[in-house]
Order: sequence, then C-alpha cells, then structure tokens
Amino acid sequence: MSERSNLRLLVLAVLVASLLGTLIARAFYLQILEGRQYQAAISSNTEREIVEPAVRGLILDQAGRPLVNNRTSVVVTVDRQTLAAEKDDGDAVIRRLAAMLDTTPTKIRDRLAPCGTEGAKPPPVCWNGSAYQPVPVAKDVDTQTALTIMEKRRDFPGVSASLDAIREYPAPFNVNAAHILGYLGPVTEEQLNAQGDSNAPDRLRRTDEVGRTGLEAEYDKILRGVPGIRHVAVDTAGRVTSTVDEVAPKPGEYLVSTIDAKLQSIVEAQLLAAVRRAQAQGYGGKSGAAVVVDVQTGRILAMASYPTYDPSIWIGGVSKKQYKELVANDALASNAYQGQFAPGSTFKVVSTAGAAKDKMNLYGIYNCPSSVTVGGQKFNNYESSAYGPISLTRALEVSCNTVFYGIAKRMWQEEGGPDAGVDAPNPIAEAATAFGLGSDTGIDLPGEASGVVASRQFKYDNWEKKKDTWCRNAEQGYPETRKTNPKLADYFTALDKENCTDGYQWRAGDALNAAIGQGDTTVTPLQMAMVYATIANGGKLYQPQVAKGVVSADGTVSQEFPPILKGRVDVPKSAIKFLRNSLPGVTTDGSGKTPFLGFPLKKIPVASKTGSAQVTGNKASTSWFASYAPANNPKYAIVMMVTEGGTGSKTSGPSVRKIYEALFGVRGSSVYPGKSVLAGDAPQPGLPAVRPDGTVAIPKGAGSGVANSRQG
Amino acid sequence: MASTFTPDVATRSSGRSSSYWRDLDWILLIAAFATTIFGSMLVWSASRADMASASDPTSYLKRHVINIAVGVVLGFLASRIDYRWLRAYTPIIYGASVILLILPFAPGIGTTIAGARAWIDLPGGMTLQPSEFAKVAVILMMAVLLSEKRDVEAEPRDRDVLLSLGAALLPIGIILLQNDTGTVLVLGSVALSIIAVSGARTRWVIGLFGGAIIGILLAIQLGFLKQYQVQRLTSFIDPTADASASAYNANQARIAIGGGGWSGYGLFEGPQTQGKFVPVNESDFIFTVVGEELGFIGATVLIVLVGVILWRAVVIAYRADDLYGRLVATGIVAWLGFQTFENIGMTMGIMPITGIPLPLVSAGGTSMMATWIAIGLLQNVRIHAARASI
Repeated sequence: MSERSNLRLLVLAVLVASLLGTLIARAFYLQILEGRQYQAAISSNTEREIVEPAVRGLILDQAGRPLVNNRTSVVVTVDRQTLAAEKDDGDAVIRRLAAMLDTTPTKIRDRLAPCGTEGAKPPPVCWNGSAYQPVPVAKDVDTQTALTIMEKRRDFPGVSASLDAIREYPAPFNVNAAHILGYLGPVTEEQLNAQGDSNAPDRLRRTDEVGRTGLEAEYDKILRGVPGIRHVAVDTAGRVTSTVDEVAPKPGEYLVSTIDAKLQSIVEAQLLAAVRRAQAQGYGGKSGAAVVVDVQTGRILAMASYPTYDPSIWIGGVSKKQYKELVANDALASNAYQGQFAPGSTFKVVSTAGAAKDKMNLYGIYNCPSSVTVGGQKFNNYESSAYGPISLTRALEVSCNTVFYGIAKRMWQEEGGPDAGVDAPNPIAEAATAFGLGSDTGIDLPGEASGVVASRQFKYDNWEKKKDTWCRNAEQGYPETRKTNPKLADYFTALDKENCTDGYQWRAGDALNAAIGQGDTTVTPLQMAMVYATIANGGKLYQPQVAKGVVSADGTVSQEFPPILKGRVDVPKSAIKFLRNSLPGVTTDGSGKTPFLGFPLKKIPVASKTGSAQVTGNKASTSWFASYAPANNPKYAIVMMVTEGGTGSKTSGPSVRKIYEALFGVRGSSVYPGKSVLAGDAPQPGLPAVRPDGTVAIPKGAGSGVANSRQG
Repeated sequence: MASTFTPDVATRSSGRSSSYWRDLDWILLIAAFATTIFGSMLVWSASRADMASASDPTSYLKRHVINIAVGVVLGFLASRIDYRWLRAYTPIIYGASVILLILPFAPGIGTTIAGARAWIDLPGGMTLQPSEFAKVAVILMMAVLLSEKRDVEAEPRDRDVLLSLGAALLPIGIILLQNDTGTVLVLGSVALSIIAVSGARTRWVIGLFGGAIIGILLAIQLGFLKQYQVQRLTSFIDPTADASASAYNANQARIAIGGGGWSGYGLFEGPQTQGKFVPVNESDFIFTVVGEELGFIGATVLIVLVGVILWRAVVIAYRADDLYGRLVATGIVAWLGFQTFENIGMTMGIMPITGIPLPLVSAGGTSMMATWIAIGLLQNVRIHAARASI
C-alpha cells in the first residue's frame, strides 16, 4: 500500500490517541482537581435535612420541683409534598381537614405557604421551615379528632397527627417567678445572622423557639439540647429515596435553679401584701421587689418583682394586645434586678464604711441636730427630729440623717470643697463601688441593670453629656412653659443656668445627699441584697446566682455551679465588724423595731436597716427594708422595697418579718426548725436526683406544691 | 485470494475452520467483551432507579443483554462472511440502508426521540435507529468505490473520490433532515478519514476538511440549523448561561462526573445517578454513571478499554492485505474513535451536546448491534490478511 496511505493512517491513529488522552485529562481536571466543588454540588443537589426537634429541658427549683415543664399536645401536620402530588393540588384534602379542625381552608393554605413566597402572609402565619418538613397546622387538637384523621388515612393523604412538647408552668405553690424563668420566642433574624454559615447540628433554625429572657435565655443552649438530624437522599422529583445518615435528638438538660418554689411563693405573696399595705395608706405602691439570698453562697433563694405577669401567655406567641398591656403595666422587666431606685437610708451602711475608710472614729459621738446648713442651704433631718449627741450605732438605729450630713460635710470640705478635681478622694463613693454598687452583680440573668454611684466623676460625666441642652434651655428660657406658667419657667431657667455654668461641680449638697442614699445614687434591690449579704458574711463579695447546676434527662449530673466568690469587699474590716454589731439594734431599738414586735429576736436576732427614699415628683417615699438573720450566725439576707410605699418599717418591714418566720419555722414566739419552708431547714446541699424516666425525686417533706395529677 | 465465493460456514470441514479461531484478534475480542460487560453494569446501575417500581426491575437490563447477544451473533457472522461476497453485495446493503433511513419520515412508522426523527417503531415497544446501520453501509460502500479496479500503489481517481463522497453525502443529507446532528458529525469524520487513507490527492483532503468547517459555519450563519441546534452546539461552552434543557443536562452531567473523585461513590451509590438527576444516563449520558460511581479510576479504565479496541483496529487497518480491508478498518477507527470522543466529551463539557450513544456501553439495541458488526468486520479483515500471508 502507498506510503501516503500509511502516513495518513498513522496521523489518524495519533489523532484518535490524542482525543482519548484529552478525555482522560479532562476527567482528571473535573474529578481530581475540581472534585471537591462538584461533591458539594452533589450534596446540595441530592440531599435534604430533616430536623427532629429535641425536647427542651425542664427548669427545676432547688428541691427538684419543676418550675417549667413540658406537656404533650396533639399537633396535626400536613406534608406539602404529598399534597402537591394530589390531582387537585390537595384542595379536597384541605377542605375536609378544615371541617375537622373547625377552621377555614384559606387559613390552612395560608399556614402552608412558605414564608417569602408570593402571597404568603408574614410570620408566624406562613411556614418558616424546610419544604421537606411537615407543617404543623393545628396545636392542642383533641384526641378524638386526631384519631379520626389517623383512621381515615385515605381521606387525608399527607395529614398526620403527632405529639409535640409545649412549655408549661406547673406553678408549684402557685409560684410565679416569671422574671426569673423568662420565656420563649421565635428566633430572631439577628440571631440567625450571628451564627453565620454554621453547619453544626445544634445551630438555630428558622422554626426554632429560643429563650428570650430569664433563665430560658441565659441557659438556652443547655435547655435546647441538640435536634436529631436525618439526611435523606432525594431524587430529581424531590421524593425521598433513602436515608443517608441519622442522628437521634439529644434532649435538653434540666436546669436546677437556686430558687425554692415554696419560699418564692411566700416572698411573692408578701411582696404583694406590702404593695397592698402601701396602697391602703393611700400611696401609689406602683412597683416593688424582694430578694432572699443565701449569704454564705450568694445563691438567690427567692426573687420577686411587682407587677408581674403570667408566663404562660407567651406560649404559642403573645398577641399584640397582651404585649401592649404588659408594656403599659411595666410588668416585663424585673424590678429586682432591672429596676434602679434611690436606696435611701439603707445606703447608710455604705456611708459608714466610707467614713471608716476615711479613718473616722466609728465609736465617737456625733451630733444629731434637726438640720444642718451648708452654703446657705438647710438640710433637714427626717421628720425634723433631733437626738442630740449620739453614737454612730444609735445614728444607724434611729436613722439620723444629720449625723451623716455632718460626716459628709466634713469629708467634702477636707477633699477640697467645690473646687476639688474629679479625682479627689471620695470615700463614700469608693465604698459603694467596693460593695459592687454602680456595676453589674454578674447574676446569671440577662439584662441586669447596674445602678449609679453618685460621685465627682459621675457628676462631671453627666455634665459633659447634658451641658449643651442645659445651656440652650438657659438661653431660651423655656418659651413653651412660659406661656402658661412663667414662674415655673423662671425656676427651670435659673436651674439650667446654674447647671450650664457649674453643673460639673460636686457641691456640698451633692455630698450630703449621697451620704444618705439620695441624689443621683440608684441601686437595684438585688445589689442592695448583696451589700447586706456581704456585711452578714463578714465581707465576702459573692456573685449572685439563680442556677445551681445541670442534670441531664437520664439523671446524670452534668454540671454543678459552685458559689462564685468575687473577693473581699475593699472596706476596713473594722467597718464590717461595727455594722454587724450595730444593725441588730435597729431591729431591737431602732427604726426596724415595730414590724418585729413579738418576733423571737433572742433566738433569731435580725440585723436590719430601714429606708424611705425621697423621689422627686412622688408623694410617698420608696419603702426599703434591708436585713439579714440570724445576726449572730447569718444565713439569709432579705431586701424588700416598694415604690411610693411610705416608710420602710411600716410597708416593707412586716412582709420581711413574715418571710423570716417562714424561713426559720417561727410560730408565735417559738422557733421550730422542722417547720422551715426550706425542707431540712436549709437549701439543698446537692442537685436533685432525676430518675431514668426523666421524673424528679423530690426530697422528703418538701412537697411537690402541685396537685398529684399534674406532677411530672 | 484464498477465499471462495461460498461462505466459510460451508467449508468448516476443510480444516481451515480451526485457523479462524487462531487468526482472531483475541485482544480486540476480549477488550470488546470487557467494554460490553462494563457497559452492562453501568446500564444496570442507571436503569435500576427508573425501574424500581416496575414489576421486574431487571427488565431493562435483560433487554440490554438480549441486544448484546444479537449483536455478538451479528458480529460473528460479519467476521465469517466472505470478502468477495461482501463486496459484491455492498451496493444492496447500501441501498437497503438508505431506504431504511427514509422510513422514519413515514407517518406511523417513525418516532421522534430527543428532537431527532431517527427511529423506526418496531412491535413490542422496540425501536430501530437506521442511522446506526448506515454507518456500516457508508464505510463498506466507500471502501468498495475507492478500492475498485486499481493498483494499490496508485492514488484513487477523482471520479472515484467524487463517487465515494456522493455515497457518503446521500445518507448524511437524510440524517441531517432527521435532526441527528451527532451522527452527521461522526459520518463526516468517517468519510474524511476513508478518503484520506485511500491515498486521495492531498488537495482533496484539505479541501474536504476546509469545506466541512465552512459548511458548519455557514449552516449556523445562514440559519440552516434551528435555534435549539445552535444552542445545543454552543451550550457546552458555558452551560450555566443557558437555562435550556440541554444546558441543564450538561450541568448535571458535569456535576455527577466531577463529584466522583478518585474512586467514586461506589456502584449503585451515586446520588446523581440513583436520584435520576442526569437524564438518559442509561444511553447517551452513561459516562456520568462510571464517572460518579467509579470515579476517575473507573472512567480511565473505560477509556483505556476503548483505546485498546481502537489500537487493535489501527493495527488491523495497517496490516490489511488490500486497500478494501484497510479502508473498512480505517472507517471503523474513525467511527468508534470520534463517536467515543464526542459522547464522553459532551458529558464532560468539552463537546457540544448531541444525541449519540457511547459505542458498546450505552443501552440502545441498534448501536450495540452495529458496533458488534464493526468488531466482526475488523476480525474479518484480520483473518483475510492472515490467510493471504500464508
């Protein structure tokens, strides 16, 4: 054959060989060099994730009584895939289902519409979950209806009834504790964005409910558990062909609170009683709070706030009207750890420590006149009574303001008077800061308020912030107010003129007010309780806690939260000793005597301090009663306050006494430790035992606090 | 020429029958069988998802195996037919093939699949694709016309080249009317290869090659090709830019192959394959199955197997004892080589999407039979050369 033919055959052979080589090279490029990218494409193409939610963990009180429980509810779900495969797109099924559930087909259709699609209603009506997840269309369906649906499977393709866990509040002893427990709400867009492109199984999903406030929010991750994830392979029509992998849900763990339900219910009732007492005196009694803390650990045994709300209104979403009511009533925030109030005379223990810091003689004699004049301004004693020269102990007992005015005036002058720089010594403010005022206590609840310690620095910072407004007002002279009330406008203008020019100055009046817990100083009742707990335990600053530990649903203890000692309070030991020796006298011979008449103070000495803080604009003062007991072997500190409540001793005192009676088992003038509201006359040393079936063993004598049928 | 006019079957007792088995190209035969068995495995994997709800999930595979059996028998016959007999009857085979090609246009007989009216309905739900047989017929006819009455060392006369070109262009024209672009491209490269290897003057080769390219460009420019044909041809360049069905196919195919990695998801485990994400993956897109389920290793094994077949075919063409045999083998090399490249290339996005099967691998009876006939013809050429050299 010709050479030409041979050559051309060779060329063809080489051409074919190079074509095959090209194919192998291309396969190498696609499969090896770019393989990872295509594998990811296959996964997103052919795999779907089905989430089985984990049952949320319970919240128990310190004795193991469930404060937050789950109850089962019959939920009817509709599988959109199955419905779409029906000839009429499932219209007949939806019509039948609507009749069964006493609703309209339109409402079910609205529920089934995926959020963001055309014509879909805004959440929570539209469906926020995966297209492969059955959509719950009705909750709390009665069993008979559910059974009928399940029996007539052929009439209801894609419709299914299942049991779902819904948050429930068993309210042992009718306890409320709403501000401690918090509530659940749908996950927010911010929370979803914050976790980025996480693929973790316990990441938040659009259908999730998360803790919004309180313990539900603080320990959300522990309570939420890890949902079960099933990856299924789907075909091009979206039908599930097989299960790729499956992880069972891990139920949320049980959170054990430091709160004792029985004590909490008593504290709530007593707070309400104090509020009613204020109102009976013709005062507003608008809000109040009470805190009981274990002084040796910093654990909060009870913490109540008035007004409060029923936590169960959040289940299944709060309505607009309900929410408006909550906001209007100021019921949403806890007055105990989010409310900031002038502490009044309960602050005098801090001023005493400040005086000790300034090397003043705590055992000297101080004059208690009816008024003190500084810079031409007269500062009156409470109800203008004079006691003459008295000891500092006596000054605390009778709550003599002028003694503390005198001390404050002397310190202020020594510090340099009005011209002292912002960093001049300020022993009372330093003592307040040392006791933890003006900053968060660090309690394990979100949204804590930190209060304010009035000081030179604070005054200066405040002036920096507001001077522009003050100076502008001083110039304009309140033209609006002037039209109706020229006198008031003159007063405002003069005030702002003064503030504008030297509002940064720490004047004598500021120093005097600060010494008796008035002026700019504000505290939360929780902070005040921690101050008295610190005095009670000899100066140890604990970080307050409302959670004690975590027990998993199968009964194993997974975490214990030991008490957190922040350190020793930075005031002279002598001051703590002096206060511990002086405060019991307030209850026996001072302003706290009346409410404790007949109380067995010999057996259980109570250290206390009353407070009646003036609030500008309020007719009645804020009633404070701060205390701890037994004074010789301190266990508990109790602080109660009621705004527009009157005096501490008249409004709050009697309620605090009742709480002590409950705590120590006081009956008349006798003490029966066995009758203490706390089982075993003390907080439980360890965590409650959870049985393998998930129920909790409650210690003998504690009582579940709920009717037997609801015990879980 | 040692052969007689009577078929070899009749002279089995003469003692030469033993030389048939001895002279067979066993490497070619084993490679062809290996490729076919490999292909059956892939067809089984691709069809089991579709057939999962059928009463007999293996029915598709069974039909494929029957096609193979018929193909192997036809191939055996093709290998034993006497050369002279074959040359004498080639015009009849060619004529019959052209008539078959026209049949799909007849109403009630023809069927359109994937836009191409290239199938004849047969009883029992079977279909026949006459263009597959046309490939064999064109190769035989061109080989006859270019090797007729001349010295092997002389170059073919212009008249012979023109005649053979005409023999190729007639079926190409009909197939073009059937919208079967892929087969047209294959037949074009077959015709060009045969004319080139026939020893035709270089200006013919260059002229035809240039003419083919200009023809394709003109067809696109002047709108002879319908819009979807252009789209199909160009969607491989950027499959994501075009949301049409062919672009979707190209994208899904590329994902399936790319996801295979080194060793793939395992047979029957490919999510794209088993989830039916790649359309017609039991026939035209069967390479996606090996790519996804057996990975780069499996894909390379399959390409190498086809490479072995083509290597043996080139060797047979080279050693053919006459120009006729060489041209038949050359045509088969061009056919299998280019069709394999086009088919696998389109699944990997380096060739346009056209509806042609992967030889010996894809499901599709006519293709399977035609390819086995080609294997048989290659054996025939080899045996002929072996006997001539005695």
